[in-house]
Amino acid sequence: MATWLARNKWSVGLGIVVLVGAYAFYFVNDIKATSMFGYAWSYAIPLVLGALVGVMGERSGVVNIGIEGQMLVAAFAAFFAAAYSGSLLVGVLAGMGSGLILGGFLAWTSVKWRMDQIIAGVVLNIVATGITSFYYKSGQQLPGLMPHWDIPLLSKIPLIGPVFFAGEGVFAICAIVAVLVIHVALFRSRWGLRTRAVGEYPSAADTAGINVERLRVINVTLAGVLAGMAGAYLSMDGSSSFERGMTSGRGFLALAILIFGAWRPLRAAAAALFFGFVSAVGNQLQADQVINVPPQLVGTLPYIMTLVVLSLAAGKVRPPGAVGQPYTKGDQ
Amino acid sequence: MTPTPESAAPTAGVPATPPDEPTTPPESSKEENGLLAFLIARQSWVVIVVALVAAMLIGAALIRYQGVNPWYAYQTLFMESLGSPSGLSRTLEKTTPLILTGLAVALPLRVGLFNIGGQGQLIMGAIGAAWVGYAARDLGVLAFVLAAVAGVLAGAATGAIAGVLKTSRGVHEVISTIMLNSIAAGVTWWLVVGPLKAAGQSGIPQTESIGEGARLGALAGIPLGFPIAVVLALVAAWMLTRTTLGFTFNTVGKNKHAAGYAGIPIRGITFLVMVIGGGLAGLAGGLEVTGVMHRFEPAIGGTLGFDGITIALLARSNPIGTIPASLLVGALRTGAPGLQFATGIAPEVVDLLLAVTLLFVSIPVLGKWIFRSRAAKVTVSTTSWGS
Repeated sequence: MATWLARNKWSVGLGIVVLVGAYAFYFVNDIKATSMFGYAWSYAIPLVLGALVGVMGERSGVVNIGIEGQMLVAAFAAFFAAAYSGSLLVGVLAGMGSGLILGGFLAWTSVKWRMDQIIAGVVLNIVATGITSFYYKSGQQLPGLMPHWDIPLLSKIPLIGPVFFAGEGVFAICAIVAVLVIHVALFRSRWGLRTRAVGEYPSAADTAGINVERLRVINVTLAGVLAGMAGAYLSMDGSSSFERGMTSGRGFLALAILIFGAWRPLRAAAAALFFGFVSAVGNQLQADQVINVPPQLVGTLPYIMTLVVLSLAAGKVRPPGAVGQPYTKGDQ
Repeated sequence: MTPTPESAAPTAGVPATPPDEPTTPPESSKEENGLLAFLIARQSWVVIVVALVAAMLIGAALIRYQGVNPWYAYQTLFMESLGSPSGLSRTLEKTTPLILTGLAVALPLRVGLFNIGGQGQLIMGAIGAAWVGYAARDLGVLAFVLAAVAGVLAGAATGAIAGVLKTSRGVHEVISTIMLNSIAAGVTWWLVVGPLKAAGQSGIPQTESIGEGARLGALAGIPLGFPIAVVLALVAAWMLTRTTLGFTFNTVGKNKHAAGYAGIPIRGITFLVMVIGGGLAGLAGGLEVTGVMHRFEPAIGGTLGFDGITIALLARSNPIGTIPASLLVGALRTGAPGLQFATGIAPEVVDLLLAVTLLFVSIPVLGKWIFRSRAAKVTVSTTSWGS
């Protein structure tokens, strides 16, 4: 415990400061605080899931620029599968399944065929835009609203309860669980050690008997399920409709968050919440007429913030050593 | 910069690495007849043609599935864009910005940079050209020159932001240019509903119409922007193959470490190529304003910027190759509305056709499947976060 505290003193310190600040805000104006943090979290859900897709891929050495496309296709598949089948469950499964398939596609092209990973991802995005634009049909509706639950006990905590644990849909709960599970698994399990080894120094991992290509394919493919959830959240839970290009850069925001979060799930989740909160502050200031910035410019805030955040993160965080490089046996 | 595994790897005690795989396929012992040898030598073209045919066949199946005769659909599509002088003129008009946005991706790709910000650079160029074209409306033909220069500068400035972020802070260009696309969309939207809004205009937000002198016409049905774009593609090809700067670009793109040891200023080249790419996309926007729309509207960009990515990848980042690739995309895009009018098929079928073609061209399987051991290695590559 003591060594853990010593090692994480900055994160823990920052966490305490943020928590104290948030509760101070809550005691001053509980309604506004709850609504702003609630907005921040709903904004962060697809970004958290997307950033986890990036964590799974990049920790094992594969850059995934195609998160945007995976999310878009999943949003499309989830919405229309639910609309045509009349079942929300079918929609959710279709979203996750399509994410999985595209994850598998990306894994195969970039790992097995050693295609340039960035180009493979961008091609995936273009293909996703093509498919979803062509088959888009207007006027479809979901058979119903996604169910939301209150988590017993946890939802009673002041501030944290209503924000994270009250009225949460399946994707929000999955996002929380996935962050915790992947964080622990990445740093505490055999799979995690192997994944990090493969991403840092694949030839050493290979020497130790790890099947580099297989682990990379498995990780990138399975991560597709998370991208599928992020997409399904957008069309089924976040908005109850599908629009062309509705991901609007969230897959790339997720990558920025991944970098800002130093390729660590918990930090990435915190970074996503930070993005959501800044966005909430922007909206709130606009609504209260504290600032008078045209709404078109307020809308660019997350993108400007991404550039600022990435500029600040430069040199402070280090990507996995072998990220973006296909591994060929016998290479150094 | 963080050490890459190559530099981090302990070299002592490790035998010298074997030389890279030969880039040219090994000579075959059996006799090749003339045609096969010819095809192998031009396999990047063969792959593109096969990919195109395969995409058209898949497209035909999808069109058939929608209850339309595919032969009739393709005939309608291409008759609309290529079958009449006016159609041809519109196709060339569409091709003009596509060549430039294609070059805006292709040139940086030669240096290992993936500029997917053509869309943002284009609309910034367009609004710059629209503003100057209106402000300089009393200057006659000079207004066109000023508007085009404004387009280039606005696009180049947008590219320069991504360039500076890359060279000074190591922000990957794919993320920064995508973000700049969204930022440019917001900024231009604000400008067109706010400061630059045409007086007395309700309905679609747009800027004032540019002056007569700033407008670029057509000569014998050929929009004058088209030769400008073609000449720039030829200049880019000449620059890459015949000049020191081109040699420098290729060296950085092929091996950054070697280029660095050779004393090439990699940061300067990175910045320069992003500025050039942005300027080309900005000029595309400028020509779209001066030659087609004569004002700025938020929808002016359409899919021009993103089609540039497809074009550059189809052309394997060869500047000359962007011309036929742009003609193809331009013809498809021009014919799509007519196709929808005649058959009810959504114009987004073009997105699907291009996506499938791009998929076949970029995955290395098609070449291997056709040419087996004689398949050439695909050389286009980018740099990742680490490097």
